[in-house]
Amino acid sequence: MNVLSPEDWQAHSGKFIALWTDAVYAYALYQPAELVVTPLVEGAYPALPHKGAAWFQRLAHDTNGHTAIGAADTRPAIEHFCAPDGTAPWPEFSRPAGEGIHQVAVGPVHAAIIEPGHFRFSLRGEEVLKLEARLGYSHKGTLALIRGKSPRLAARFAARISGDATVAHSIAFAHAAEAALGITPPERAVYLRAIMAEMERLANHGSDIGAIAGDAGFSFLDARFAWYRESICSAARVAFGHRLMMDMVIPGGVAGDILSGGMAAILSSLQALENEIPGLTRVFEDYASLQDRLVGTGIVPPELAQAYAAGGFTGRASGQNHDARVTPGYAPYENFGIDVPVEEDGDVAARIRIRLEEIIESIRLIRDMLANLPETAIGIALPTGSGTALGVAESFRGPVWHWLNIDSGTITDVFIADASTLQWPLLEFAATTAILADFPLINKSINASYSGVDL
Amino acid sequence: MVWKTLARHFISRPAAPRTADAAAVAALRKRLADAGDAKLGRSLAIRHVAAGSCNGCELELRATQNLIYDLTQYGLSFTPSPRHADILLITGVAARNMLVAVRQAREAMPDPVLVVAVGDCAVDGGVFKGSAAITGGADSILPVDLVIAGCPPTPAQIVEGLLALLEAHDTGPRRVKRVRE
Repeated sequence: MNVLSPEDWQAHSGKFIALWTDAVYAYALYQPAELVVTPLVEGAYPALPHKGAAWFQRLAHDTNGHTAIGAADTRPAIEHFCAPDGTAPWPEFSRPAGEGIHQVAVGPVHAAIIEPGHFRFSLRGEEVLKLEARLGYSHKGTLALIRGKSPRLAARFAARISGDATVAHSIAFAHAAEAALGITPPERAVYLRAIMAEMERLANHGSDIGAIAGDAGFSFLDARFAWYRESICSAARVAFGHRLMMDMVIPGGVAGDILSGGMAAILSSLQALENEIPGLTRVFEDYASLQDRLVGTGIVPPELAQAYAAGGFTGRASGQNHDARVTPGYAPYENFGIDVPVEEDGDVAARIRIRLEEIIESIRLIRDMLANLPETAIGIALPTGSGTALGVAESFRGPVWHWLNIDSGTITDVFIADASTLQWPLLEFAATTAILADFPLINKSINASYSGVDL
Repeated sequence: MVWKTLARHFISRPAAPRTADAAAVAALRKRLADAGDAKLGRSLAIRHVAAGSCNGCELELRATQNLIYDLTQYGLSFTPSPRHADILLITGVAARNMLVAVRQAREAMPDPVLVVAVGDCAVDGGVFKGSAAITGGADSILPVDLVIAGCPPTPAQIVEGLLALLEAHDTGPRRVKRVRE
């Protein structure tokens, strides 16, 4: 463990990913997988200057009571009942200076079928001057529930950090548990995990792209992409017994082998999707009224994406080439090679183009993996050991990181960082590059998780 | 391409309509009769509130609106406003941070209101049962009329569960009285 003095801790440079605390140390994680710590002094540690650190410092205060000395942003993160009398008052939402500025409040109950969160827009006319997102509404106390359980039991919580990325979170959790206990899962399990993760990516990319088109009034694309998500989820059910493949990835391997008929179901859903993708892409590119809504809307500038070390398609649409499947990389992707698409425009259209390219790449990966599925066992028993380790997996949104401290077979401490944590501030910025009516498109094009950051 | 699609549709048969589970309908009918609730008719608007879910239930709720499940064909539709909603559909663990919002959504709805809990979390907290951050299950906030269990329930299970609401309300063919002057 790399223990730093408070000065070195603050001066440490690199692409910041996450920060958390346990009873003794504050931890900071940098790309590709560099972990540095500094001892807590009376429950406090020096605040980090990195842009992405703010949410993590607020979270550490709310969950562990640890203070970041010198932090500029000390608003509660997930603790809404913060008044001295135990009530949950509305916070002050600051508004930019100037005349004729009004605020619009949206949520936590949204118009569409989505997770809860509150958005406070400061507007001049239709122009968005500032967006402040208030999160924490779906805080379920997941980290506290994981402590004191065995990795096998706790995997159920990891699978429910964010339901749309359940496979990726389960893989990251399994990676951490396996590294801490010093075991390697059998090859077949590793392949099946990757197949499930790529199917999850296909399902989410498809339905999000359709939903963005739907919000722009283009329901044909919405209907077609929803149909493809449905065919992939149905194939997942045939192959793995669950439409979202929840609880299928467990520490030590996978919970079950691919079922009979599963391979055929997956291949036929991929074929149907592959056949229609060129046509649907053409519709996206050819309709001027659709392009008018998407091009130049909700821009995340490359400098900002870099400052937040944004991952996933949000980062890749803004010049960042990070993909956890490549760096630090994990099995079995080194056997297949991944083409990581990168663009510079950073608008809604660029994020859609990146996701369309990732769909084609995922189809290729699933086919290659199914064709080369090793004939080994699908899991091994976990030893009752001790250890501390990090695990990572690339969800459809970007990298998800799990950190576990296991003592004699029981998890004593845990932290989970979803890619969304570094993407919410980008959404807040991107909203200010457009008018209020474009916000649903921008929000869906980034699709940050609420549950994944509320924990 | 279009001709091929047309020809295929011409010779194919439509899928059989989904039906509600008879036992669920009977239980619900008794519950509604005991409560003496006013009848809502067969076209119901649903207001969904996520009260601390993992987003799994939301994905499958959205899927009920796609081409395959097409919830709207049964007269059930999601509405953005609670003001003209008949059903309050709750997903998630009943997170403490969502209690006020759920109650406000209920108060904004005109009576009578049917409350439906979708997903294991909304039934009793699911795997999160016992967490200090939740009150555990939709019925810890409001009395619940119907539960649709599953983690998450499949779109087919959600559609069939909601159809039970319609069936329970349906007390036979309606006679329209003609008034002559």
